[in-house]
Amino acid sequence: MAITLRVNRQAHTVDCAPNTLLVDVLREKLRLTGTHVGCDTSQCGACTVHVDGRSVKSCTMLAVEAADAEITTIEGLASSADGSSGRSGLADGGNLHPMQAAFQECHGLQCGFCTPGMVMSATDLCRRNPKPTEHEVRHWLEGNLCRCTGYHNIVKAVLAGAEAMGGKAK
Amino acid sequence: MKDFQFHRPSSVAEAVALLKARPDAKLLSGGQSLIPVLKLDLAEPSDLISLAGIGELRDIRVDGDRIVIGALVTHDAVHRSPEVQQHIPALATLAGTIGDAQVRNRGTLGGSVAHADPAADYPAALLALGATIATDRRKIAADDFFTGLFETALERDEVVVAVHFPIPKRAAYAKFSHRASKYALVGVMVVDTGHNVRVAVTGAGPKVFRHANIEGILERDFAVDALAAASTPPDELNGDLEASAEYRAHLITVMARRAVQACL
Ligand SMILES: Cc1cc2nc3c(=O)[nH]c(=O)nc-3n(C[C@H](O)[C@H](O)[C@H](O)COP(=O)(O)OP(=O)(O)OC[C@H]3O[C@@H](n4cnc5c(N)ncnc54)[C@H](O)[C@@H]3O)c2cc1C
Ligand code: FES
Ligand code: FES
Repeated sequence: MAITLRVNRQAHTVDCAPNTLLVDVLREKLRLTGTHVGCDTSQCGACTVHVDGRSVKSCTMLAVEAADAEITTIEGLASSADGSSGRSGLADGGNLHPMQAAFQECHGLQCGFCTPGMVMSATDLCRRNPKPTEHEVRHWLEGNLCRCTGYHNIVKAVLAGAEAMGGKAK
Repeated sequence: MKDFQFHRPSSVAEAVALLKARPDAKLLSGGQSLIPVLKLDLAEPSDLISLAGIGELRDIRVDGDRIVIGALVTHDAVHRSPEVQQHIPALATLAGTIGDAQVRNRGTLGGSVAHADPAADYPAALLALGATIATDRRKIAADDFFTGLFETALERDEVVVAVHFPIPKRAAYAKFSHRASKYALVGVMVVDTGHNVRVAVTGAGPKVFRHANIEGILERDFAVDALAAASTPPDELNGDLEASAEYRAHLITVMARRAVQACL
């Protein structure tokens, strides 16, 4: 069946069977491979994207369910509403989102596999709760597993990113 | 995942008609239990009927002495609802402990109740609060609803529309979570309705159940120390890698104490 998805503010019509997961359309059809797959039990959060502004596990949602929704992936985050940090670093030469910049600054990653999911999850938190406490950050990130960092610098990065995002939103 | 046909009806009546016409169809709500099951090929429905297009299932309203929450309301929306926070804060808190943020953004009350996972959180709240499950055709008391492991009183073609929660005098939920999934190893909901005390336990047995011994103790004396006399025979509790039946029996009293403490 043909479905139209709005991904990173651009409409794409793709042909896929109803049993296709959203993550597979993003990765295989649209080649947006920044969204990762780290498990098959819906537990790791590496596949987190925003659907209508809310963080969801794109491995646990059918692509057809996302038709008509606004989807943002890690590739589109820096050009989203809370925008760019003014710090370069993206593959296309563009600037990083403040949360991405904070992860870089605070060493919030090692292998980087969990990082896109962490960043997408963290931005959902900070848009709803612009000044989260450390406890709130840790509770919120329960759906994102990291096998490298021990989480300490990730939490630091999210707190710094929250501040940077808050600073931008007047 | 096996292939299926996808439907998105815009009314409950249409969803019921589809279920009746297609004996191997399944409803899809937030998908946070069903999609993992499909990914593992543990179910192979011929059709999936998404409820997402039925807007009336998303309401939360206060109706006299009860709160009525639609089947499609997400765990996150219950957690943040000013009505729920005001009238049944324990329910708002409970919803905020389900799974993780992403699961709460998609998972729904109706899906959780219909799925009847023996370690899910909402069933404890429904049972302890004495809630009523409204379907397309009838109302079912929570006491009659949860019949077994992943089993409920629902007919195959029946759709949960809403849950009616009576507003209690005081209530609290305490759970000891599985480290990774956050499901309850043991979760205890304690409710003082104003007339009697109802206590429901999830995660510990093959299905959610009421705890007569603890209810009796708390009716005589609603105090943490009164629970020193509480006991649960471990014979019918779950024992697994995470926790033995004896440990779960012990945790029931500990969680009950925490819940009573939170009520006071
Ligand atoms: C990583 C992870 C952690 C989790 N942790 C917890 C936890 O800590 N506590 C907890 O309680 N749950 C937990 N869950 C489960 C989660 O809460 C699910 O959202 C919930 O159990 C099912 O709701 P759903 O809307 O996603 O339903 P779906 O997955 O869409 O459906 C579940 C079942 O219910 C049926 N159904 C759905 N809606 C209706 C309806 N209106 N009428 C009749 N039948 C219906 C479907 O046909 C299906 O059989 C977790 C899930 C994941 C993936
Ligand atoms: S890949 Fe989606 S949760 Fe692990
Ligand atoms: S940085 Fe390697 S998994 Fe998180």
